Amino acid sequence: MYESLLTFPGGLFEEFDRLQRDMTRAFGTLGLPSSIRAVAQGAFPAINIGSTPTAVEVYAFAPGLDPKKIDVTVDRGVLSISGERATFLPETDKQRSAYATERFTGEFRRAVSLPEDVDPKRVSASYRDGLLRISVARQEASQPKRIEIQEGERP
Amino acid sequence: MTDKQVATRTQSAPAMIPNVDVVEDDAGITISADLPGVPKDKLLLRIEGETLQIEGELVSDAPEGMEAIYAEVRLPRYRRAFTLSRELDTEKINASMKDGVLNLRIPKAEHAQPRRIEVKAT
Repeated sequence: MYESLLTFPGGLFEEFDRLQRDMTRAFGTLGLPSSIRAVAQGAFPAINIGSTPTAVEVYAFAPGLDPKKIDVTVDRGVLSISGERATFLPETDKQRSAYATERFTGEFRRAVSLPEDVDPKRVSASYRDGLLRISVARQEASQPKRIEIQEGERP
Repeated sequence: MTDKQVATRTQSAPAMIPNVDVVEDDAGITISADLPGVPKDKLLLRIEGETLQIEGELVSDAPEGMEAIYAEVRLPRYRRAFTLSRELDTEKINASMKDGVLNLRIPKAEHAQPRRIEVKAT
């Protein structure tokens, strides 16, 4: 009766995107080397990593979590994000039916290997709009420094 | 406007497809969508005819001079559309957003809610 809710109106591009995702899942990334901690596409939470001269910024797209229950640890150069996302679905019974259950539920864990020049003691994390941002500072010694040129006295 | 025109217009910019849960009960339908990184004011809900479209823009607070070294999320927006059916009351949609999760409740029109029909003995 509500089949229509699950079909996309004229979504040719979306369909193509879906096909591409399925292909990647089935065949991997076509033989290209990937990170040893890489996981199949669609893992929860999705992660983006950025780099600035002073820090490494890790963004985890983790909606619907209690920030107090997210575990962020740095151990021997590996940053781990773990936690659990409770199920949101009410129990289905005669009066209730679920048509799509695509959202992730359960325990999750993701790991990111950090560059060597980070300072594991200076990590900060914030959570807003379902986006977890972890900032790992680089060691002072590795930050680019401008060297002042002194005016030398003539001998 | 025909459905086709609507579809072409709304597909102008590439977008990610958010994951959703869709649950129906006697009184209506509940849609939950994962839209991490989308603040409330960057969420757009649109109903055109029988199509409900959810669109959200990611807000990046990336520090200046940041270079991406790895990215699983590569597009700045989410978009997904659903075709509703006639018994759903689009005037009474209730939407809320918290921690990047959108919850939509679409009640059924009263005449469409189930009724028990008495069978009379003759």
